Amino acid sequence: MAPLLELDGVSKTFGGLLRRRRVAAVRDVSFTLAGTRPEVVTLLGQSGSGKTTLARMILGLERPTSGRLCVEGEDIARLRHGRARRRLLRLVQPIFQNPFEAFNPLTQVDHYLVLTARRFGGAGDRTQAEALTDTALRQVGLSLAEVARRYPHELSGGQLQRLAIARALLAKPKLIVADEPVSMVDASLRMAIVNLFKTLRGELGISIVYITHDLATAYVVSDRIMVMRAGEVVESGDARQVLIAPQHAYSRELKGAVLVPRFTAPDGDRVTAIPEH
Amino acid sequence: MTADAANLTGAAPEPAGMPRAPVLRVEGLKAYYRTRHFGVEREVKAVDGVSFEVRDNEIYGLAGESSSGKSTLLKAIAAAMRPPLQVVGGTVRLRFLGGKSIHAATPAELAALRWRKLSYIMQGSMSALNPVRRVRRSFEDFAARHLGGTGGGFEARVIEHLGRVALDKSVLEAYPHELSGGMRQRVTIALATICRPDLVIADEPTTALDVVVQKDTLDMLRAVARQTRASLLLVTHDLGVHAYLTDRLGIMYGGRLVEEAATERLFQAPYHPYSKHLIASLPVIGAEAPKVTLPGAPPNLAAPPPGCRFHPRCPLAMERCRRETPQMLEVAPQHRVACFAVGGPA
Repeated sequence: MAPLLELDGVSKTFGGLLRRRRVAAVRDVSFTLAGTRPEVVTLLGQSGSGKTTLARMILGLERPTSGRLCVEGEDIARLRHGRARRRLLRLVQPIFQNPFEAFNPLTQVDHYLVLTARRFGGAGDRTQAEALTDTALRQVGLSLAEVARRYPHELSGGQLQRLAIARALLAKPKLIVADEPVSMVDASLRMAIVNLFKTLRGELGISIVYITHDLATAYVVSDRIMVMRAGEVVESGDARQVLIAPQHAYSRELKGAVLVPRFTAPDGDRVTAIPEH
Repeated sequence: MTADAANLTGAAPEPAGMPRAPVLRVEGLKAYYRTRHFGVEREVKAVDGVSFEVRDNEIYGLAGESSSGKSTLLKAIAAAMRPPLQVVGGTVRLRFLGGKSIHAATPAELAALRWRKLSYIMQGSMSALNPVRRVRRSFEDFAARHLGGTGGGFEARVIEHLGRVALDKSVLEAYPHELSGGMRQRVTIALATICRPDLVIADEPTTALDVVVQKDTLDMLRAVARQTRASLLLVTHDLGVHAYLTDRLGIMYGGRLVEEAATERLFQAPYHPYSKHLIASLPVIGAEAPKVTLPGAPPNLAAPPPGCRFHPRCPLAMERCRRETPQMLEVAPQHRVACFAVGGPA
C-alpha cells in the first residue's frame, strides 16, 4: 500500500518573472509518513523557515514548484478536479493558527459543525448529523449541549481550537496538519490541546503534522521532528534525540533560545539537567 | 551620558539615601466596563479590587489567562481608559506624581509624565509604528513633544539608544514594513525607553515573536530597564517568560490578584490551587509531559460567581468559598495569597 504522505524533493519558489526577487520558501524537502503506524511529525523552525508553506502544499492550497507530493500514492498537484481530489483532500484536514479567525463570527458554531457532518461526514439526516457532531465533540472533551447555539466570540481560544479539531474529525481524516495550533491559545490551555493530539494519534490512529516554533510542546507531543531553516530541513530524527542532543548548529541555537528559569525548579534540576540516552 | 543629554531627559537628581515610596502603588483598584444598550445596563468587572506595588529597579510580572483582567489593569494604571472602561474605585499612586492618584491628575500633568516618567508598550505595539513614515520620523515626532526638539545631540542620542537594543542606525531610514517583527518591537522598546522613564509598562511584548527573537527581545528589555534604572511591569500569560525575566510575580484570576511572591518562590512553593495549576502546566524539555486537569472555563466577568471566583473550578473549594471573598493575606514574608483553603487561619 502506498504511504499516507510522501514528499519527494518538494520545492516552492515565490516571485520571479516581473518580481525582481525570487524567494525559495521551501527547498528540496523529502519525507515519508507511512501511515501504517500513526505518528506525530513536528516541523520546527522560526518565522520564515518555510513551515507554513510546506503545510499549505500538503493541504493542497499551494502547488509545489518542483518535486512530487503524494497522498496515498496520488500526486495531489496533478489531480486538478473531481472526486479523486476531493477524496484526497478530505483525508488531510487543517487546523489553523488563529481559532478566532477560523470561524464565521455570525454563525452559531454547532450549526457549522452539523453542516460539516452532513457534507463531509456522510450523515444522512439531521439527527444522524447531530449524533456524529456530538461524538466528534466528545472526542475533544466538549459536547454538543455545551456549544449549542453559541457564537465564536462566546468561547475561549482553547474551546475554539477544540472545535476546530472536532470539525476536522468529522471528515474522518487520516492526517491532520496543525499549523501553530497553540500559539494563540493561553499557555495554561496549551498542554490540553497538545495532549489531545496524542490522544487522536493513539486512539483514533490519526497521523499529525504539527508545526510550531515552541520546542517544549514539540518535545511533549512529537514522535519525529524535522528542524527547518530557510526552507531546508537541517536536522530530522527521533523527537527526544533531536531535542535533547541536537546535532546541527542551528538546532542547538534553537534549543539555546528556550527560556530557562533563572532559578532551579522544585524537583531538582529538571530544566537544565538532560537525561542521557 | 553627557551633560547635554542629561538636560534633555529632564531627569531631576533624586535625593539619595532615604527610603523611598515604591514607584507604583495600586490600592483596591476597580475598573469596570459599563455599557447601556436600549436601557439595559451591563457591567463587566474586569478588575475588581487589586492591590500591589512595584519597587525601584524591579521587574514585576503579572500572569493570568485571557479575560483575567491583566490588560485592563494596565490600562487603568496608565490612565489610558476609553469608554466603556471606567475606574470605579481605588487608587494608582505613582511616586513621581507626589503620591496623588493618576486618576486625579490633570490632562497637563498626564501629558508631562507620559513617556518621560511612565511608558506603556501596548499589546501588538509592534504594529503601532506609522506605516507611511520612516522610523526616523517616528523618533522626530516623538522628540518634538517629549525630548524638547530635534536640535542639539538628538541624532547622536537616538543612535546611542538604538545601540542599546542592538539596532543599527540604518533602521532610522527604514519604513516599518521593511523591518522584521522583532526589529519593530525593538524600535518600540527604544521609543518607550529613550526618555529614561521611571516605570515601563509592557503588555505581552513578545507574544507574537518566535522563540529566538523572543529571547533576544526579553534580554534587551531587561538590559535597557537595568541600564536606565527603570522599573518594569510586565504582563504575559506565558509563565516561561516570567520564570526567565521577572523578579516578583502576581497571578491574576477573574479580575483579582490571587497570589504574589518573589518569582522564584512562587514557582517553588505556590500556595493557591490556580497558581499550582499554571505552574504544573508548563511543558519542559526533558521532563514528563504535564498532566493538566482543570475543569471548566474562566468566569464570565459580567456575572462572576459569588465568593472566590475560582471556586467553581477549584479542587479545594469549601462552603465558605462560595459565600465570602478571600483577601490577600501574607502566608510567608513577602508572599501573599487569597485563598481560604491554603491561606492559614483567617
